[in-house]
Amino acid sequence: MDFQQVIDTDGRIEPRDQMPDAYRQTLVRQIAQHAHSEIIGMQPEGNWITRAPSLRRKAILVAKVQDEAGHGLYLYGAAETLGVDRAELLDLLHAGRQKYSTIFNYPTTSWADVAAIGWLVDGAAIMNQVPLTRCSYGPYARAMTRICKEESFHQRQGFEAMTVLSRGTAAQQQMAQDALDRWWWPALMMFGPPDAASPNSAQSMAWGIKRFGNDELRQRFVDATVPQAEFLGLTVPDPALSWDGEHHRSGEIDWTEFAEVMKGNGPCNRQRLEFRQQAHADGAWVREAAQAYASKHRPVA
Amino acid sequence: MTPVQAYTLRLGDDCLVLGQRLSEWAARAPTLEEDVALLNIALDLLGTARSLLGAVGDEDALAFLRAEPDWTNALLVELDNGDFGRTMARQLLVSAYQVPLWAALASSTDPVLAGVAGKAVKEATYHLDHASAWVVRLGDGTAESHARVQAGLDGVWPYAAELFETDPLVESLVQQGITAAPAVLLPVWQQTVERVLAEATLTVPESSWRPTGGRSGRHTEAFGYLLAEMQHLHRAHPGASW
Repeated sequence: MDFQQVIDTDGRIEPRDQMPDAYRQTLVRQIAQHAHSEIIGMQPEGNWITRAPSLRRKAILVAKVQDEAGHGLYLYGAAETLGVDRAELLDLLHAGRQKYSTIFNYPTTSWADVAAIGWLVDGAAIMNQVPLTRCSYGPYARAMTRICKEESFHQRQGFEAMTVLSRGTAAQQQMAQDALDRWWWPALMMFGPPDAASPNSAQSMAWGIKRFGNDELRQRFVDATVPQAEFLGLTVPDPALSWDGEHHRSGEIDWTEFAEVMKGNGPCNRQRLEFRQQAHADGAWVREAAQAYASKHRPVA
Repeated sequence: MTPVQAYTLRLGDDCLVLGQRLSEWAARAPTLEEDVALLNIALDLLGTARSLLGAVGDEDALAFLRAEPDWTNALLVELDNGDFGRTMARQLLVSAYQVPLWAALASSTDPVLAGVAGKAVKEATYHLDHASAWVVRLGDGTAESHARVQAGLDGVWPYAAELFETDPLVESLVQQGITAAPAVLLPVWQQTVERVLAEATLTVPESSWRPTGGRSGRHTEAFGYLLAEMQHLHRAHPGASW
């Protein structure tokens, strides 16, 4: 079967199969962006590990950030099946030539942000990622199956943490509401621009990389999340939010904010990238040592 | 607090404080694999600490509401991480001590210590393998890595002596078969550490300075900052549940 037949019959493309260059490039870009999001995403949550308010929460958060590093590993591994290597992709990230999810350019200024990230950000990520388990590219689809299981656990722990805060003291409730106020709109923007303004969507749908449009996934997220906010006794920061008998319809999203964050003008773009660059630079001597050791002690053939 | 509880708390404090220090590496490790490994070790130590603190009292009250003089961890675990070389050198010294300690405690007459140790010895064995592999790679890697890991080792080395100190509490527990004598653990530790350092082409440091005080609540300046960071949120909301 040639490439198009595999796609048309909803089959899987594997690394050694023939594929158009544009398909390969689209996947490399998307998987790399996804991998970068996992490792940049360690920062806003890692920010609270040392300050977590109970040992149980600390253990959960350490495990979650560790999972994200693991997700980064699977995804760079999936990208490597397309003929690029991790070091090359990291260099592109550090040079600002590949992107990561805009959501991680917002600061985590209170403990409730950790809960809100689990609930909203991981919740939105799941909506985006579950369809990717049926993506036409085999290694990516398989990596996503494993990742989605863990993300689902992350989302539930975030909601549970949010539940405790929203049933807690007045200060905790206020902290929870403030986190929802700040994370709601950026979470909606995680689904990307409206379909009409999303240049690559149609081709990705045709290739079976993407299964649903941005607007449809965003709507699913709103429908799932609004009742959860009600259950928590929190107010979604959208005065135009309404129920049309079938769906919860949100008000207008401020796409200029999204565009600014994409351009590098979000609150933490520079901080996140500089942190990564610094960590990478600080680790250079360790990576060089590991290579030097390995070549000195290479087993004799 | 009974003598066994006081001793259990010492071991729990060692694990919690070292876990807290290692968790500071989150997202900063030299490779993604190390991000996974360091957090995994931090999580193991945190888990052991929770079991031990929970056997003594309320784990969160003990972790978040005790002031510096009430902590009885060894000074070695509270030292700042420094670079990756220093972190791995410290991990080697601690893990090489914890492996024989947990192995001995696994047959303690105290059921709590025996239970915790039975699980912890497996984890500490992995931590020791991991730290040893890195100390060897760094020591026998490049000139820079050799110099850095030697400097890191020299910096933390004097603090290791405290792990093998004895006092009336330890002596009484040794007599009751609850724990192993530090004098029994020391040669095992020395043998492990010297073997790894030899393979790493590193020099065993010599130090006549033996800083001490952790077991009686006299800590380093760095420890106050560690506690301030760890405890501030919990203390800012008295009585809240999380």
